[in-house]
Amino acid sequence: MAEDKSETGGRSRPEDREAPGRGTGHPIGRMFVIGSIASAIGVALVLLIDWFPVQASAGADDVDLLYDVTLIVAIPIFILVMAVAIYSVVRFRARPGDMRDGAPIHGNARLEVIWVAVPAIIVSALAAYSWIVLDEIEAREPNALQVSVRAQQFAWSFQYPQAGGPAVQSEELVLPEGRQVNFSINAIDVIHSFWIPAFRIKQDAVPGIETESRAVPIRTGRYDVVCTELCGAGHSTMRQNVRVLPPPEFDRWMAGKRGAAGGAGGAAQTGGDTAAQTGARAAVRPGARG
Amino acid sequence: MTTVGRFRAPGWWRASLYMPIGVAISIGLVVGVRALIGKPEIFNGSAITTVALLIVPFAFLIGIGCFDYWFRWASGAPTVPEDHAGHGADSWRDYFRVNTDHKVIGIQYIVTTFFFFIIGGLMAMLIRMELLAPGRQLVDPNTYNSLFSVHASLMIFLFIIPVFAGIANYVIPLMIGAPDMAFPRLNALSFWLLPIAGVMMLSSYLAPGGAFATGWTAYAPLSTELPLGQNFFTIAVQFAGASSIATALNFLVTIITMRAPGMTFFRMPLLVWANFSTSLLVVIATPFIAGSQFMVLLDRAIGADFFNPGGGGDVLMYQHIFWFYSHPAVYIMMLPGFGIVSEVITASARKPIFGYRMMAFSLLAIVVLGFTVWAHHMFVSGMFSWLRIPMMITTLLIAVPTGIKIFSWLATLWRGVIHLTTPMLFALGFITMFTLGGISGIMLGMIPVVIHVSDSYFVVAHIHYVLFGGSVFTIFAGIYFWFPKMTGRMYDETLGKLHFWLSFVFFNLTFGPMHLVGIDGMPRRVADYADQFATLNVIISVSAFLFGLSFLIFLYNMIASWRFGPAAEANPWRAKTLEWQVTSPPPRFNFDEIPTVVGGPYEYGVPGAVHGVFKEKSKAVPVGASAGMREE
Repeated sequence: MAEDKSETGGRSRPEDREAPGRGTGHPIGRMFVIGSIASAIGVALVLLIDWFPVQASAGADDVDLLYDVTLIVAIPIFILVMAVAIYSVVRFRARPGDMRDGAPIHGNARLEVIWVAVPAIIVSALAAYSWIVLDEIEAREPNALQVSVRAQQFAWSFQYPQAGGPAVQSEELVLPEGRQVNFSINAIDVIHSFWIPAFRIKQDAVPGIETESRAVPIRTGRYDVVCTELCGAGHSTMRQNVRVLPPPEFDRWMAGKRGAAGGAGGAAQTGGDTAAQTGARAAVRPGARG
Repeated sequence: MTTVGRFRAPGWWRASLYMPIGVAISIGLVVGVRALIGKPEIFNGSAITTVALLIVPFAFLIGIGCFDYWFRWASGAPTVPEDHAGHGADSWRDYFRVNTDHKVIGIQYIVTTFFFFIIGGLMAMLIRMELLAPGRQLVDPNTYNSLFSVHASLMIFLFIIPVFAGIANYVIPLMIGAPDMAFPRLNALSFWLLPIAGVMMLSSYLAPGGAFATGWTAYAPLSTELPLGQNFFTIAVQFAGASSIATALNFLVTIITMRAPGMTFFRMPLLVWANFSTSLLVVIATPFIAGSQFMVLLDRAIGADFFNPGGGGDVLMYQHIFWFYSHPAVYIMMLPGFGIVSEVITASARKPIFGYRMMAFSLLAIVVLGFTVWAHHMFVSGMFSWLRIPMMITTLLIAVPTGIKIFSWLATLWRGVIHLTTPMLFALGFITMFTLGGISGIMLGMIPVVIHVSDSYFVVAHIHYVLFGGSVFTIFAGIYFWFPKMTGRMYDETLGKLHFWLSFVFFNLTFGPMHLVGIDGMPRRVADYADQFATLNVIISVSAFLFGLSFLIFLYNMIASWRFGPAAEANPWRAKTLEWQVTSPPPRFNFDEIPTVVGGPYEYGVPGAVHGVFKEKSKAVPVGASAGMREE
């Protein structure tokens, strides 16, 4: 493939010398230089983009780094594809009336082995790296806070189980900073999906089973809780907040909730809500069923 | 024809008579059964509609004449096995009847699918209008949900999958030197099933409660609970699926048994390989989506509780069955495009396909691997967590056979004599855009990344990069490439190139920014979104409108060129495959004499090499895709 002399190469095309990349050096060498520069620029550009929301959990920077590494690997591959395509179109383009055929090259075993092996190695490495990151972000820590997430059309509600007492009910998700949270997630009607973009966690809420997710909030503030599984007409309104507080403030909030629950019987109230919801759903079941 | 004769002969008159009879049978059946089992409400509109959705299409198919021959044969009436009465087209009317000519059926497919493509595209425009700004612009949330659901269902089931079947229908028998498909009457039935599915999906807007609104994925239990419109989807998918399966069987038998003498498997053009692989996928995978939708229908109609946890059902089971079809379906929507691009690139670069055998084997590798990755759509679904790891590895490994194809096309360009025609531009646009879609696909295989981005706009960006930048660009390449063969006329090259550049630019401006809003936290399938995403969504919407307008150039070019374009030569691309060795358009039975294949299909630049000969030439030198020709 290197020689430029057979049927096609025999064409002398002076205007090629004016083609971008100048006429000096081996064409593949030239492409390599241009490709490297373009890759460097491309990588710099995509890393400059502020892709992610704020990193508010311990695992977020691991996920973002994995994404950035994938970009750094992928950009040169994309540039390679673009460079070969553009170079070929510029360098080997037929002039009007050019009726000749190209070089009858049917393949090259060595090249074909390379482009099987190299991508296989790259994707295997990415798979291994992903597995390591996955183990890290899903690792359990002792003394985690247990929170039950209940999804229904079209709102989230949260329960904080208490040792030796009724669970604390809350319409708002409030978490302490610096302590792992285990979410135990369930839906009472259709599938929803519990996404906290700032934590980089997402888990479907599925009727009939409990699913799990965990994160360590590391930054106080207010972040979005979004439903990302189509759950009906109100799906796009199913957005709430998570409030991450310093531990002492969280304890104060929890104590306040516990006091309120003791008085008014929050659990019973939520139970009533659920029953009403189920009844409403039964009423709107499609007529085709009859 | 007498009035009575009109209603007795196969055709639209008889179909319009049989369809009300079908409705009457449906009413009788429902009312009868409900009275028998003592239901309080005997005349139930939803139940009647659901039964009618199953029965009326058959009344239509029988009326229009899809089953006439088989009924005659089954009842012992005299039939002619080589009955060519329904073959070929002399006027436009012949495109509106049951026709057994694969060339007519191919055009019926292509025109029908583009009709649904236009409607699906207009729905995309409405979607982008709604998303122009946060808050409500145009439609209520339920209508919005139905818009993207019908948009996706039309694009997938009524455009991309069947338009490839249409192009292949026209081209494959010609390419392998066959006079027609193996089962021409089954081929006609396959086509007529298709508009039924499309009309049914659209008419779901007439149902009380609106059209189906669960996305094209129709996840249970949402799909088992929404109003009647959902039944239109579950049943339409059965008709589209049956059409796919019948066509795929037809392709398999045609390709295996009807190749011209001398055309060994390794002398088949890569489009034939691609459709062979696709047909394998369709035949194996499509019954799974049919099953999943029947289960939804049974849950809805008779309370079967397949997916109702309260009745012992399993919600995740739906997703496993659905994706066991719908991931291979991604390759059903891509492999034929790979075939088209191979044909376009080799002819336009005047060079043999680089690594022909690897190109063929990589298709088969994708077929096999394609069945081992379905659960990567379910990484956050709550399925067994260990299953994620093997599915991640197989998902990433699919990049290897796909990479083989990309690199082989690039190597085919190298040292070619490249003619930048419109089909070639679309093929090159495809290679670059599909590479981007492949890269985001790798990210979507990596569990920690996908936990964050799944069901976000990142996924919307990815599927449009692979399905528009991938599949639809190859469809445009194929339509432009075979337009002269199909119509006997040449399209306008300047308008074609304008269409390409406008699509290419606005495609990227529309779908590129979606990656950003997705990673930043915007979920998919939402009628409304947080204010932080407003700026990018304006850019996306405006680009989408211009992108939509660019399609009008294509439409004008096709219609005007078909009517008034200059006559096309038999072989405007100087290609070697057999379809270019006959006139444009080809004779009624394709080949006045069946060709003999003596060499590989892409022997550009090989002195004296021929793919097929039309007279017994003992001197024809079998210069083939032999290993000896490979450059070391």
